[in-house]
Order: sequence, then C-alpha cells, then structure tokens
Amino acid sequence: MSVSTQCALFSLSAAGWITRMRLQVGHWFSHGRVPYAWLVLSLVAVGVPLVSGDYWLNAILIPFLILSLAGLGLNVLTGYAGQTSLGSGGFMAVGAFATYACLIHFQLSFLLAIFLGGGVAALVGLFFGLPSAKIKGFYLMVTSLAAQFFLEWVFVKFPWFYNYSSSATISSPPITVFGWAIASPLSKYYLVLVLVSFLTWVAVNLTRSQVGRNWMAIRDMDTAAAVIGIRVHRSKILAFAISSFYLGIAGALWVFAYLGSAGVQSFSLQRSFQVLFIIIIGGLGSISGNFIGAAFISLLPLLLDFLAHTFFARMVDAGLLQNLQKVIFGSLIVWFLIKEPEGIARFISHLRGRLAVWPLRF
Amino acid sequence: MLFLETLIGGLLAGTMYSLVAIGFVLIYKASGVFNFAQGAILLFSALLLVTLHEHGVPFVLAVLITLVALILLSILIERLVLRPLTNRSPMTLFMATLGVSYVIEGVAQGLMGANVHALDVGIEDVPVFIGDLMISQFDLIAAITAGVLVGVLALLFNKTRIGISLRAVADDTRAALSIGIHLNRIWQIVWAVAGVTGLVAGMLWGTRQGVQFSLSLVVLKALPVLIIGGFTSIGGAIVGGLIVGAGESLGEAYIGPLIGGGITPWFAYFLALAFLFYRPAGIFGERAIERV
Amino acid sequence: MTSADLHDHMLEVKDISLSFQGVKAIHQLSFAVSRGEICALIGPNGAGKSSLLNILNGVYQPDSGEVHYEHAHFSRLTPFEAARRGIGRTFQNNALFGKLAVIDNILTGLSRHSRVSVLEQAFGLPRARREAADFLQRSEAVLAFLELQPYRQTLVGNLAYGLQKRVELGRALVSSPKLLLLDEPMAGMNAEEKQDMSHFIRSINRDLGTTVVLIEHDIGVIMDLSDHVVVLDYGRKVGDGSPAEVQANPEVIAAYLGSDNGPLNTVH
Repeated sequence: MSVSTQCALFSLSAAGWITRMRLQVGHWFSHGRVPYAWLVLSLVAVGVPLVSGDYWLNAILIPFLILSLAGLGLNVLTGYAGQTSLGSGGFMAVGAFATYACLIHFQLSFLLAIFLGGGVAALVGLFFGLPSAKIKGFYLMVTSLAAQFFLEWVFVKFPWFYNYSSSATISSPPITVFGWAIASPLSKYYLVLVLVSFLTWVAVNLTRSQVGRNWMAIRDMDTAAAVIGIRVHRSKILAFAISSFYLGIAGALWVFAYLGSAGVQSFSLQRSFQVLFIIIIGGLGSISGNFIGAAFISLLPLLLDFLAHTFFARMVDAGLLQNLQKVIFGSLIVWFLIKEPEGIARFISHLRGRLAVWPLRF
Repeated sequence: MLFLETLIGGLLAGTMYSLVAIGFVLIYKASGVFNFAQGAILLFSALLLVTLHEHGVPFVLAVLITLVALILLSILIERLVLRPLTNRSPMTLFMATLGVSYVIEGVAQGLMGANVHALDVGIEDVPVFIGDLMISQFDLIAAITAGVLVGVLALLFNKTRIGISLRAVADDTRAALSIGIHLNRIWQIVWAVAGVTGLVAGMLWGTRQGVQFSLSLVVLKALPVLIIGGFTSIGGAIVGGLIVGAGESLGEAYIGPLIGGGITPWFAYFLALAFLFYRPAGIFGERAIERV
Repeated sequence: MTSADLHDHMLEVKDISLSFQGVKAIHQLSFAVSRGEICALIGPNGAGKSSLLNILNGVYQPDSGEVHYEHAHFSRLTPFEAARRGIGRTFQNNALFGKLAVIDNILTGLSRHSRVSVLEQAFGLPRARREAADFLQRSEAVLAFLELQPYRQTLVGNLAYGLQKRVELGRALVSSPKLLLLDEPMAGMNAEEKQDMSHFIRSINRDLGTTVVLIEHDIGVIMDLSDHVVVLDYGRKVGDGSPAEVQANPEVIAAYLGSDNGPLNTVH
C-alpha cells in the first residue's frame, strides 16, 4: 500500500520517471536474468541484417561476430585464467585447417566438421598448455609464440593441409547445414550468429561455475589456489583447451563464413595481437567486453576512413591512413591500460552507475 | 668443415641476437618491464638514421641526431607510459609496450615511408678465409662491434655512478629510492642506453637486410635468447644469443632437410623451451623464491 | 611419560629441518598436536613459524624429517594433497583472490568438493545446478557465521584488512577442514576485532570439532584461547606445554629476554 503510494507520488515528477527508467535499464543489464535486454539484443541481432545491405553483413557484421568469438576464446585463457598468450592466430589456423581437412579429406558434414576442427584446436592448445605446470608469466608467453610460429610453419610446409592447391590456400566448398545452403551473406550471418550465441551462452555458464571461479582464483593468486585444493595445473590446461576450442571455431568461421578462401597468413602473429587488443580494449575477464572490443576494432578503421575522406579528401593516402590507424590503436591500448585497465565493459558499467543516480543530484 | 663453418657463421649471427637481447635485459633489470617495443625502437632509429643520411646529412651528424631522438623518445615513454603505470603488474606493462611499439612503428613509417632503404656503413659482405674456414667479413665485424659495445656497457655499469645506481635499483627498488636515487631519471637513462644498443643492432641488421619494417621483427628473435639466458643477465643474453645463433644455423642445416626446411622461425623457440624445462629461469637468471 | 602419549595425535612433526640457501630456518623440530585442541605457535619474528605452517600444508618441502597426519606419514606433501586431506590454511599477508567478490572467494574453498564434470557445468545441466545451489548454501552459511553478509558482493581487494582476514578464514572453513592452520589471524586488528576473531576461532574449535594450529603474537589472546603452546626461537623448539607451563618455563623466558617483540613482554 505505502509502496504503491510512494510510487504514485514518485511518478508524478518527470525526474522520478527518468530515474526509474534508468534504474530499470541498469537493472536489466547488470544482472544475470535480463529477459528484456536479451530480447532487445536478439531482435537487433536478428532484425538488423534484414534491413542492412550485403556490404554491412559481409564486411562488418560477420567479421565482428567472429572476432568477438576469438576474443571470447582468448579471454577465457588470459582474462579469466590469467595466462597470457600470443598464439591465438595459430590456434585459429588449426581450427580452420582441421575443419577443412574434415570437409575435404573425410567428407564430413559442416557442423560436425567445424566442431571437430574446434576439438583438434583444443587438443593442440592442450598440448602447448602442458608447460604451464612448470613455467609462468613471460616464459609461458614465449611458449605461446613457439606455438604460433610452429603452427604457421606446419600449415605451409605440409600440402595435405591445403589439399595440394598451388596457392597454399584453403577454399570453402559449398556448405549446407541441415539441408540449408549457406551461400548468401544473410545465411552466413545467421549461421555465425547462431554459433556465436550458443558458444557465448556456454562461456557464460562456465565462467559463472566452479570451473570459472577456479580460473579466476589461479589468475589472482595461484599459490593460494593450490592451498585451498584447486587442481591448478589441470585448471590451466582446461583453460588452454577451451580457449583453443573457441579460437579454432572462430578460425574456421573466418575462412568458411567470412573470407571464403584463405592461407595461413590470415592467422599470423598480427591476428594474435588483434585478438589480444580486442580483449584489452573490451575488458579482460568480461564476456560482453569481447563484443565491445571487437565492435571497436571493426568500426574504428571505418570511422577513420570516413573522417579522412570527409575532411582531408585525397590528402591522405591508404598507407598513411594505415599508419595513423596503428598509432591510434597503440595509443588507445596504452590509454586503456592506464585509465581503464578493465576495458570499455567496465567503463560502461561505471557510466551506467553514474547515470542511474544522476537525476537525483538535482 | 661444413659443420665448423655452419657453427661459426651461426655464432657470429648470434652476436646480433645478443645485441637486441641486451637492450631487453637492461630495461628489464632497471624497470621490470618486458619491453616489446625494443624492436620498434630499433626500426625507428635505423629508419631515422638512413632517412637523414639520404637527405644529405653527414653520417656522423645523422648518428648524433638519432641519438638525441632516442633520448627524447626514452623520456617520452617514461613520462607518458611508465610513470602512470608504476606498481602495475608486469603483464600490464608488457601489453603497454606492445601499444608503444604500434605507435612507434606507425609514426616511423608514416613519417619516413615503408620503402626498403639501403644502409651502407662501409662494411662489405664478402667472405674471408681463416685457414680453410670461410667466414663472412660482415658477420665478423658485427660480432666485434657487439663485443666492443658489451665492453663499454660493462664499464658503464661497473665504474660510473649511474651504473651503480642502476644496479641498486635492479637489486632493491625500494631501498634504492630510500637512499635518494631518482628512479624516473634512472629509467630514462636506461631506456636511452637500451635505445643505443637498438641503434647499433639496427645499423648492423639494416646493413645486412636493408632498413625496412621487418627490422622490428628481430624482437621475436630476441625472445628465445632471453629465455635461454635469463631476463636479468647481460652475460646470459650474450651466451643465449650465441646458442640461438649456432642452434638455428645447425638446426637449419642438419634437422631442416629432414622435415621440410624453413624451420628457423620456430626452431629457436623450441630450443628455448627445451632449456626452460631444464632450467626454468635461464642459464644465468635468478630464480625468484616465492614468498607466501 | 609425557602428556603427549596419552593423547590421540592428529598431527605429529618429527625432526623437521628446513633451510633457505644455506640459512637454517627450522632445525630438527618435533612436536605433536592432539585432536580437537587449539595449539599456538609463538616465537619472535623469523623464528620459523610461518615456514613451519608452509611445511605442514605442502607449500615448502622440508630438507629432512617427517610429518605424520591422521596416521599417514609424509616426507613430501603437495598443497593440493594437504587440502584434499582436510588441512585448511590462512596466510600472514592475506592470500585472497583480490578481483573476486567475498562470496566467490568463499565459494572457491569448495572446489575440492566439486564432483560435477566440466561439460555439465558448461551446459548448466541439473546436476551442475544442484551442486551450485548446494555450494551457495554452504557458503552463505559461512558468511552468516562470520557475520560477513553485508560484504557479500564486495570485491575482497576493497575490504579492510581485518575483514579480509575473516574472509580468508571463511574460505578455509567452508570446505569443512579437520585441521586449520591460521597464520596470525589477528594481526593488525584492534581489541574488538581480536575479540570477534577469538570468538570465531573458539566456536569453530568447540562446535565443529576442528583442530586449530595458529601463530599469534598477543600473549593475552594465546592464554585465553589455546590449550597447548609451542615456542620457537631461531628454528628450534624452546618450549612445549600448556599455556601456564610455557609461561613459567625459564628457558622460554630466557629466549625472550632482550627481544623487543617477544610475546611475553606484552603480558600484564
């Protein structure tokens, strides 16, 4: 009774109404059970491509989703379990080439092939994660570089992996999923959307479970983690495997849903850096951060391009623009590490907190 | 005979790895930073030097200007990156230097272009014979240069006030601060000295393969060297460089053909991993005792 | 015949020695802890107390000697093995997971009891959900017991030192340990906080039957709380007995004469 009276009084004032809306919105986004926010997001994810053109699908939305997935993979390892890796590109390559092998050499269906591809990547990741029992920090990071360079070499040196094609690249054969041909940009987008959504849901489950807590405990203090009975090495290796599984799926999608045909140079060390930047900018140890970071890294070049063409038409060439982009990315990385070490995801949640109480300060 | 030539060629090439690795060790000892930007700094200094020289600046003057630019760059990095990140985790600092390397590469290439520049420091890359052994004269001179530089650094760190302060900082940062050592100044100096080793390495590598973007990738060659030699020992960096150099050329010559060749990009890493299992903190590195 | 022979020993340390790079931290130390008692380790800083706890739960390996725990004997014990056998531990300089909330820190203490596979957790299957609910309930009970509920969602890194000590105790307690090793659980606390902590430790000991070995400097607290005191000095045992016996032991008093931070100086 008194509550409803208060509510009635409250809603008389416009400021009160705004506050309520803000608190409500903040509530949707800050808690696990967020039916409305999810509904809106899903509607956008499903609906936007219907009105946007093929260019947006092909050049922005599909790579954005795949990079988010790759970020998710690295974030499991680095953001949650605290093991820095520069081998993301290599594990993406394993996923792509293993999926290709399943499709071409073993004639498997696409979904089976891509999950097997992820599985192979997980095994390779597990293998390169084994040294984490004995070595830590930078030393372990160098192990990941060993993986990166070794894997790049493997997928150039052994023609079986690219079916003896003269260009040393793999090309996507026609793909069907449950009898549905994945050929148009829209169908590829939906395929990627479904896979990424599913894997994100799994990642959310994992990070909120005991497994995820073990990872974070190891990240924050591994000696203490061992003392309270966490199997530290097993947890680390699990993080390597799951991380590589996600990266492997992302790598396969990169070839089969985005580029159409690619060689190992699509998964070079530069790709590893890109994925690392996504999680630093988006937020280490955050699920939504991967999407924010990937969006940022996909959209920034477009924005720069647009600005350059609008204001300095013909004055800047492509090379200069590329260097400018590097400078901006580099500065942003440093800026984020200094000012917002937990990335844009945390920045937004702070902002939301402030917005929620803002009208009350009148 | 072939074995000996391969070995010696590898050892000489290894001295250049050592040179790059020494820059890392200096910075790691003084500020605990694993400086990924060392490669970018190497590229920047070599590119600046060659660009100035191409525009008619006499070589010696160009070297001096490059040195001044390196000092300015070190001060900037200390002010804008290291100081705001004091007391943050080593991984955070590492990632920051990754960002710094992007900035430096972007600026260097944006201002001075991405073309390959030839750098001629007056050393010809011709073979010389010592007895029956054929050795590259260039490699020999490069190795001697590296040796001289290491000697100068050793003098600098053992005999001068700055060097002693640096070692105090490396041993115990807090104690060094308490006896009035100016940490920020030490960092600037060390970064500048590391920049100079980068310049020397950049000149040598640049002469060998032309001054171009790929110079910044020598940083990737230095990492296995550091693993083998340890992050905190200059002697380790030298020995590590020699081991990696010799290992790479022997590996390419004897193991490469068995598995398809082209193994240099990763062979050094696997060598380093093998060492890692045997000695987790490198040959000369100090094993930290974990306190709980 | 010593009193030790009459007791059921839960833990027995025999001739343990430990040195760091040639410096002896612990020298041929032996003592026993009876089931259900609160045993205090006292001694000046650097006497080897923390090192001893580190040996008891496998963080350090002794150079020689044996640890008998629950009738099994070890010359090498790993931290994980110690935890599995029911040895809980807190640290002198809190070893919490700084970026996790209080409740999550407590929940990590249950990891060794988890029986659900990764796949079940990944897909949120019923068994995983049941276990999660059970773990949450057990952790909530610990929060309530230690009066930590107001800080449930606070990141531990942001908590006051005294509260962190309590969270660390909770993280050890939630896994129902048989033996709790507490390294200076009351360091840096004011009188009231110490009283609270003493109360928690006593009720853990009395109500749950948990054996406790703790390191403490405040002699008032020790006299009040412990059943048994072991005195260390320079890695050797210089006293062992009931609080009253130890306080009267001339050797112990000698060990503390001239020592600034000797616990006995604080008796008044």
